[in-house]
Amino acid sequence: MTDAAGRNYCIRTDKLTRKFGDLTAVDHLSLNIPAGEIYGFLGPNGSGKSTSIRLICGLLSPSSGKVEALGYSIPRQAEKLKSRLGYMTQKFSLYQDLSVDENLRFIASIQGLPKKIRESRIRELRRQFHLEKNRDQLTGTMSGGQKQRLALAAAIIHNPSLLILDEPTSAVDPESRREFWEYLFELVGQGMSILVSTHYMDEAERCHRLAIIQKGRLRAEGEPRKLMSGLGAEVFLAHGRSDELIHWRKELVSHNDIPGCTQIGNSLRIMITSGRKNPEAWLSSTFPFLGKVEQTRPNLEDVFVKATHQDHIQEEGRL
Amino acid sequence: MIRTDKIRAMVYKELKQLQRDRLTAAMVFGIPVMQLLLFGFAINYNVRNIPAAWCDQAESVKSRQIIQDIQAGQVLDLQIQTRTPEELRQLIQSGKVRAGVLIPQDLSSRLQDNRSSFQILTDGSSSVVTGAVTSLASLPLYQGEHSIDYRNQEALPIQVLPLYNPEQRTAVEVIPGLIGIILTMTLMLFTAIALVRETEHGSMEMLITTPVSPMEIIIGKLLPYIGIGIFQTILVFLLGILVFRLPVNGRITDIALAVLMFISSTLSMGLLISSFVKTQFQAVQVSIFILLPSILLSGFVFPYEGMPAFARGLSKILPVTHFIELMRGIVLRGAGIAEMPLQIGVLLLFIVITMSLAWLRMRNKQLD
Repeated sequence: MTDAAGRNYCIRTDKLTRKFGDLTAVDHLSLNIPAGEIYGFLGPNGSGKSTSIRLICGLLSPSSGKVEALGYSIPRQAEKLKSRLGYMTQKFSLYQDLSVDENLRFIASIQGLPKKIRESRIRELRRQFHLEKNRDQLTGTMSGGQKQRLALAAAIIHNPSLLILDEPTSAVDPESRREFWEYLFELVGQGMSILVSTHYMDEAERCHRLAIIQKGRLRAEGEPRKLMSGLGAEVFLAHGRSDELIHWRKELVSHNDIPGCTQIGNSLRIMITSGRKNPEAWLSSTFPFLGKVEQTRPNLEDVFVKATHQDHIQEEGRL
Repeated sequence: MIRTDKIRAMVYKELKQLQRDRLTAAMVFGIPVMQLLLFGFAINYNVRNIPAAWCDQAESVKSRQIIQDIQAGQVLDLQIQTRTPEELRQLIQSGKVRAGVLIPQDLSSRLQDNRSSFQILTDGSSSVVTGAVTSLASLPLYQGEHSIDYRNQEALPIQVLPLYNPEQRTAVEVIPGLIGIILTMTLMLFTAIALVRETEHGSMEMLITTPVSPMEIIIGKLLPYIGIGIFQTILVFLLGILVFRLPVNGRITDIALAVLMFISSTLSMGLLISSFVKTQFQAVQVSIFILLPSILLSGFVFPYEGMPAFARGLSKILPVTHFIELMRGIVLRGAGIAEMPLQIGVLLLFIVITMSLAWLRMRNKQLD
């Protein structure tokens, strides 16, 4: 899929919408996801990430709007997409009562790998994902990290062009998470396009591009670095005692120009909407109890808080 | 879309899982053997040796003769003699005996007047016991003749001649029907569970995104269970023939055809259940819900002829009812499958209806 400017996309959605009864899980989502990169869906649980992914894979049909993946119109051409798609489900979906080799052999034959190359491909994957020692181990007895590696190996056994992962690391320890992302970069290096959903900021920051989704709507989109520098808000740190900070925070968040305020240890991280000449002086004069404040660089969490801030106001207003 | 290599991969995977699942593997073998031995040895429709007491108020030669004859009949086991009818009643009430023979003082005059000569009191809380004792009433013993030398009398005016199973052995009657019960019990449950397991564990979602088609998944999952059903049937037949001298009067091909048809109907039932439930536990619950009427209303335990109209209606829509009819017909009466078109027709209709329902449910579920 190439657009007028010659850019290559693996997935394009146009006003993609999916309703479940009264609930709109995905709401007019329009995205152009470039090929050959890691693209992240960042959002809290229930934000519509999984539904969007299922719509893209052809597991669900949209209520309205369009999806195209690898140039195929989904769900109409979902059958054609299947042989070029690798999909790793949120829950470990291989068979716990089969061994590593048995699982890989099953997936290989289901994916239609020719018999001749099946064993050599499995050997290659065992080596790449460090599963040599576990080849005869029942999957149910393996650690979370090992299971993730196996699930990834199974998802790419047929060398798909597009790999989609739904919160792949939600059940593994930080060490395994870091390692898992190394593998993802390796695969992108081999030319694969990857779409991954997550609710971890550190993971989102490692993506080439990112879509922040909440309540099924696209809140922000772009490269993480640009999202942070173009936040449209200044971030300051104020220091104090824990018991004071709780009260300060309550007072600060009720102000319209402060979209976010987070306590971190003995500090408050305060976000102020851009547009003031001297935000530091404004902060000190409006809230004299804060004392000395210092400016700091925005991080991805600030981007997330700002992007999803509008909803919080609406919600509290309704209450 | 049906490709044999994908189906083979599914079957191989399913068998590997079955092999690892020791409990299910044990059920495949254990349930038929256990049920066959239980029903074959323990259950007997011909009741014998009911513990009983007697009270002989006549104390005559005739009365003693009657007591001796009853004892010799073996239906009642006369254990205790009482002095008064009251004691007899108490013994029954306390459950020490199930029946009591009461011979009144005026036995000889009753016999002369052709009135009912004596009573047998039974524990009415057990209808099986009462039924067995009632059968005593038709013995020539009680026909109030002047002489109690009833042995010289003509037998009953009607002669009952059992054409098949002449010795009226319960095991022979039970085994053909038991195959229906075992297949319902194990196959319906196994298939429902096997299919729901894929959805419950999330592997179905993964499978759907691969090039394997839903039809191939279902066929691949069902085939191993058809094999298991055939294995169980052969096992029950072999044990039945070897241990209980089960006569097989019909043609083997007819039996095979009927069994295959019934296996298909239980599998399609399992398939339908799996399309309605979300967890394996729910699958078990629904299966039990269907299993109970299958055992009670199929004519396996209680005769169809004794059921009230609504139970008969229910019985008629259970495939196992028709299968048991078929099996008794082919195995015991030596009937050909063509002689029982009604049963065959109902089974086929059942398969077509449940399969289509299940297929519709699956299609709707696959997307969404």
